Amino acid sequence: MIGPSPTLLQADDAGTSCAPSPLRERGQHEVFCGLTSIMWLHRKVQDAFFLIVGSRTCAHLMQSAAGVMIFAEPRFATAIIDDRDLSGLADLHDELDTIVERVLSRRPDIRMLVLVGSCPSEVLRLDLSQAARRLENRYAEQCRIIAFSGSGLETTFTEGEDQFLSALVDVCPQAAPDEAPSLLVVGALADVVEDQFARIFQALGIEDVRFIPARRSGSLPGIGTNTRVILAHPYLTETARKLERRCGPALPALYPLGEEGTTAWLRAAADAFGVDDARFDAVTAPGRARAEKAVDQYREILAGKRIFFFPDSRLEPMLARFLHREAGAEPIEIGSPFIHRQHMADELERLPDGVVLSEGQDVERQIDRCRAADPDLIVCGLGLANPFEAEGYATKWSIELVFTPIQGYEQAGDLAELFARPLRRRAALSAEV
Amino acid sequence: MKLAVWTYEGPPQIGAMRVAASMHGVHYVVHAPQGDTYADLLFTMIERRTSRPPVTYTTFQARDLGRDTAEKFQAACRDAVDRFKPEVVLVGASCTAELLQDDPGGLAKALDLDIPVIPLDLPSYQRKENWGAAETFYRLVRAFAGRGRGADRERSSAASCNILGPTSLGFRHRDDLVEIRKLLEALGVTVNVVAPLGAGPADLARLPDAGFNILLYPEVAESAAEWLKREFGQEIVRTVPIGVGATRAFVREVAALAGVDPLPALQSETQRLSWHTRSVDSNYLTGKRVFIFGDATHAIAAARVARDELGFEVCGLGTYAREFARDVRTAAREYGVEPLIADDHLEVEDAIAAARPELVLGTQMERHIAKRLRIPCAVISAPAHVQDFPARYSPLMGFEGANVVFDGWVHPLLMGLEEHLLGMFRDDFEFHDDVQASHLAAVSPAGRAAAAGPHVEAVPDADADDGDSAATWSAEAEKELKKIPFFVRGKARRNTERYAGERGVDVITIETLYDAKAHFGR
Repeated sequence: MIGPSPTLLQADDAGTSCAPSPLRERGQHEVFCGLTSIMWLHRKVQDAFFLIVGSRTCAHLMQSAAGVMIFAEPRFATAIIDDRDLSGLADLHDELDTIVERVLSRRPDIRMLVLVGSCPSEVLRLDLSQAARRLENRYAEQCRIIAFSGSGLETTFTEGEDQFLSALVDVCPQAAPDEAPSLLVVGALADVVEDQFARIFQALGIEDVRFIPARRSGSLPGIGTNTRVILAHPYLTETARKLERRCGPALPALYPLGEEGTTAWLRAAADAFGVDDARFDAVTAPGRARAEKAVDQYREILAGKRIFFFPDSRLEPMLARFLHREAGAEPIEIGSPFIHRQHMADELERLPDGVVLSEGQDVERQIDRCRAADPDLIVCGLGLANPFEAEGYATKWSIELVFTPIQGYEQAGDLAELFARPLRRRAALSAEV
Repeated sequence: MKLAVWTYEGPPQIGAMRVAASMHGVHYVVHAPQGDTYADLLFTMIERRTSRPPVTYTTFQARDLGRDTAEKFQAACRDAVDRFKPEVVLVGASCTAELLQDDPGGLAKALDLDIPVIPLDLPSYQRKENWGAAETFYRLVRAFAGRGRGADRERSSAASCNILGPTSLGFRHRDDLVEIRKLLEALGVTVNVVAPLGAGPADLARLPDAGFNILLYPEVAESAAEWLKREFGQEIVRTVPIGVGATRAFVREVAALAGVDPLPALQSETQRLSWHTRSVDSNYLTGKRVFIFGDATHAIAAARVARDELGFEVCGLGTYAREFARDVRTAAREYGVEPLIADDHLEVEDAIAAARPELVLGTQMERHIAKRLRIPCAVISAPAHVQDFPARYSPLMGFEGANVVFDGWVHPLLMGLEEHLLGMFRDDFEFHDDVQASHLAAVSPAGRAAAAGPHVEAVPDADADDGDSAATWSAEAEKELKKIPFFVRGKARRNTERYAGERGVDVITIETLYDAKAHFGR
């Protein structure tokens, strides 16, 4: 296996042993709720419609987060609960039926309707899974109907995708026990990344590779005891738990960020399918070389830069690992909404000593810590970024790390560039504020 | 339950945040689940605010439910007061917390804070953003201006006023305020307090000192202005100074209340709208059909300017603000159009398509709709978008506002004219699509096609219609139709087909085309 470059080995002292125990915070969480994951899920599953059952706040969140993306009629909407529903004047289920009918008659091209629970629907104990079953009987010919909760009570940001995939796994058919072994890649990846991985797996001789979610809702993979699962993202806790019951635990690996992560991730799959080392090296060598070369361009800007992560997507530990190991940056605090010890084990092992891990958030106290640490770059959400910039800090807005293809060899350079850009930009501007 | 793909207004707590974020010394503690903090980025990204809005959220989660959400609220409230040291704290609940019935007002009172606590009761399942802003501002004004009630207050002078309504995330409020201050300065009228934008609690306490109130944005400040009138007898200037006529009327109204001479302000006017609109090139604007939709204040003002100052024809008028539906209905009657009171953008889209306007004045959503329908559009109203906070000075109110209106509403039409010229020359012997543009002579043929791309793309199909007429077009008639300018071609096609349909004509000839033209007039 390929290791980090010699210079990095020196910079990275020997004590990268067990991960420190994180700071657990229960104050104000400045994070999105799981509904926001609909932003990329609806683009990924091209024949799905996401119907949030929630409040005006949910609808407002979606359009604020979507920004200018609403040029065409989007494949998501909100069924806004109003006072008639609360006072019992209207029956919530009847109202929902009417709205579903309107959506599906307006969009006959939709093959999967996803009912998405919200904070108010959870508090009102509106059972959307039951509603989905009832509605599916009615629309069986036309489309599949499933439900998940993107409520902020249970999920942050990317965890909405976890809940969606978990609901999708429930409707995946059971594969026969004697079916040939297959690889199931779990987690929404940009199409271009998915295609790159598919080509690599094929070259490695792994014949049957399936991705979930697929681009079309009709192509749900069969899942059985011969299915080997690999997670593309670290935030798929619930989905992994469900899959474990049907086909065993996910293959442990780093996540496919950067040269190191991508190689380790592919290696885990290759080992599970008995791919020999020579073949693995031959197939991955060009990608590894390209990834190293691409990241190299940004190493000069990023090396030694002290980086502070505010919690956002649960990708933070692996982003820090990549920046530290491949670009020579120094993470000082890694905030994450939740850190799954088992799914993150390999990642945490590679973080430098002395880094502060924080889980959950108390945003005011974290801002205090951040100012005291005086980092070179702050990775944070858009609610915090401009105020930090106005104080003179460089920031990288974290939501872009979720919307941009960053996984795999060919995107390693792009990933480094995302962090380098704010620093380059500051260097390029001469007019003082 | 109501289906929404897009909302013109956020929930009422957003309105409360806008008021809190407009002021200093005010902090808003909102009982809300994790995720509701998205609202911060409206301020930091749309308005590019350099500080976080003064809002603390409890961000409770499922594990807190039924256990200690109330305690969580009290801790958040106490910490926020300790940390930010506001002069007053607003407390309230977002939609989810409203269902929990934790009573933030009572919980905050029980903390025995040494600053005033104003509980906000903003029914999330019934009301919306502007109502929330108005209610919050009203509560603040009552709390602080009400303290001097009954006492024999001495007015600083009759020629002193308050400006009420400018708010964070308001549509062009920042620049409107500068323009209004200029007018008042020219009149010699003192500005006592501007609120909520830039005011603190102590300023609200001084509101009764002014001779009268200028109500710039009724959506935010009407209830407060009405209360001040009842309590302190302060008259309200209600003319919204958008357009030349309204600005002049505004100046006279203010001058009369202040007992000053309006002439200095009227003579200082620097507007060019009234001349530009008389310039011969503006003949082109005559009778342009314009569809107007927005908040009530801006929609009503836009209709008046469109008809009386630009010579347009108002072919549609509507608002998403139900609270002001009556005003818009009254205005619509004056223009002889059916008022559209709706917050469903699909309904608005249908109404625009049916009205077949040549210009749309609306919100960002109508901009998208107009783009789809290939109609020029200018944005005149909130909901706020990052484009509505330009770096340059760009008011809608006052005399400079009239200049901005002329440029902003007429330029999209001139671009329409350019497209029309391109369309006219599309099949011209000299300028057809396959001929290289004269300034691109050095470019290879491949590059030429690419260079022509955008224009070609913008023009074709402008007249294509999904008309399901039974009549078919003869080749000659089809060719003749192509000679008609593209922006009226669709109408000509539909009128001709309707004419043919009504008369049972099977094949449309050149004769039918011109018969129909004569029948329907312009």
